[in-house]
Amino acid sequence: MRTMKRSLLTSALTVAAALSLAGCAGAGASATSAADSGAGSVAEASVILTDGWAKAAETGMTAVFGSLENAGSEDLVVVAVESDAAESAELHEMVGDGSGTMSMREKDGGFPIAAGDHLHLEPGGNHIMLLGLTAPLLAGDEVALEISFDDGSTIEVTVPVKDYEGANESYDGGEHGAH
Amino acid sequence: MTRGSAGGGFSRRQLLIGGAAAAGAGAATALGAEAAWRAATGSEGSSATTVGDAVVPFHGEHQAGIETPAQAHALFVALDLHEAVDVAALRRLMRIVSDDAARLTRGEPALADSEPELALVPARLTVTFGFGSAFVARAGATASPTWLRPLPAFTVDRLQPAWSDGDLLIQLGADDPVTVAHAARMLLKDARAFGSVRWSQRGFRRAAGTEASGTTMRNLFGQVDGTVNPEPGSADFADVVWVGDGPRWLDGGTGMVLRRVAMDLDGWDRVDRPGREFAIGRRLDTGAPLTGEAERDDPDFEAVTELGFPVISEVSHLRRARSDDPRERILRRGYNYDDAPAGASVSDAGLIFVSYQADVDRQFVPIQRRLDEVDLLNQWTAPIGSAVFAIPPGCDEGGYIGETLV
Repeated sequence: MRTMKRSLLTSALTVAAALSLAGCAGAGASATSAADSGAGSVAEASVILTDGWAKAAETGMTAVFGSLENAGSEDLVVVAVESDAAESAELHEMVGDGSGTMSMREKDGGFPIAAGDHLHLEPGGNHIMLLGLTAPLLAGDEVALEISFDDGSTIEVTVPVKDYEGANESYDGGEHGAH
Repeated sequence: MTRGSAGGGFSRRQLLIGGAAAAGAGAATALGAEAAWRAATGSEGSSATTVGDAVVPFHGEHQAGIETPAQAHALFVALDLHEAVDVAALRRLMRIVSDDAARLTRGEPALADSEPELALVPARLTVTFGFGSAFVARAGATASPTWLRPLPAFTVDRLQPAWSDGDLLIQLGADDPVTVAHAARMLLKDARAFGSVRWSQRGFRRAAGTEASGTTMRNLFGQVDGTVNPEPGSADFADVVWVGDGPRWLDGGTGMVLRRVAMDLDGWDRVDRPGREFAIGRRLDTGAPLTGEAERDDPDFEAVTELGFPVISEVSHLRRARSDDPRERILRRGYNYDDAPAGASVSDAGLIFVSYQADVDRQFVPIQRRLDEVDLLNQWTAPIGSAVFAIPPGCDEGGYIGETLV
């Protein structure tokens, strides 16, 4: 029961944080996480990333977290992520092996986000994986990402890099090895 | 300022309920989460403003934590920068810790906060950053205030390097000690790639709500300590505290002196009440000057006893600390400390003396010189740590502390 209470709390927190940032965005608030509201591109998705951040790493791979809110009226699926900071990016989910150990694997078909709903990307859960970092990601740096959706729309976001001791999940995908 | 007041801010309840309405389909989720939060915390969502809900804005012209009425709990941490830290790294550091501070002071978790539940009680949390001379040099500043260096040596000093100096100061204050501990933990784990902790000093006053607001604190000698302070919000306060004619990057900032003053409580025990009042020049009960009735009465240094001696001794702390020059004034915002004693002693206590002034050399040093020459209180007190920091101005939403320098 402790686990359930904790996950409820966490979701309450994330919702609160996301909404508060969304509330501030009109005032030009968070430079670190608001979606690029650029010059009315037709393909821009109605999705907002709040509280986004990437885990610092010298080389290899790392992960990006945050809360994606589908503020539009259509259900969407996150199908791809690209970043100049990495050779490739994947959408990962965590799966248990039944013994309490979680490992991550690529999410088949991407992350669905229903209209009006949130997708939480967090350590120990769903996340965006950056593979083959092109340069060290140091705490306080910023990483730009382009997130693509199944309807062909995209958003561009910038997230800060933070040191983080957690998010050391083993990778179930084989070819990239553990991290 | 408290959350839910007209001046801005918001309460957790308003946030969740208002946000839920706006979020449409998300409403059920948010309300469900609110119910879960109440169930988990046993909170019935009292509408009364509580100590825990009160928020002090992080952003603004000046950094918070100086003009802010002193919170009950404080932690002062000085860091030594790692050798490899350059200007670009200083910028990265200040952006991260400013973002942490902005979120935590709103009562929200920092990014990558692994204990987010601990962040939900802001309790007037303030986080204030200060730069030592090495930070400013590392930033490549072309101008630095002349006073940004160790204070001149005083004969009363018993300074220990372990309690002195430092490159970056993080000052935390809140009316709740768990809030301070969590904010410090979050900030220090984000700062550790850039520097290591040199010293850490934890201080306290009376708990929030135990005395009428505005009551002058008492130190552990039982003295009313800090009566003569400029009034927050006044032009006088601005003149005393905020830098207006220093290096450009420090405009709207201030100078900070932090001195760890050990107090000999055992020695003080051997002094009877008249002797204590004579040494201070004030009554212990009301804090009034020995020539007055109320704490804030002006002392009459001309008044003499029947025997012809001054009522307020010329070597009392009050007389020695008072300057005839109105520019030689400071803002005091100190805290008591009472740490674990060593050896046979039963106490390791004292005062974390903290003062803010626009010009440390012009305002603080003359006062300290007079106290150094003679002050009866010096028999029972000894400065064992000393540090000077430049407190840069505040920043706006989206900015970071130190952006005028790095």
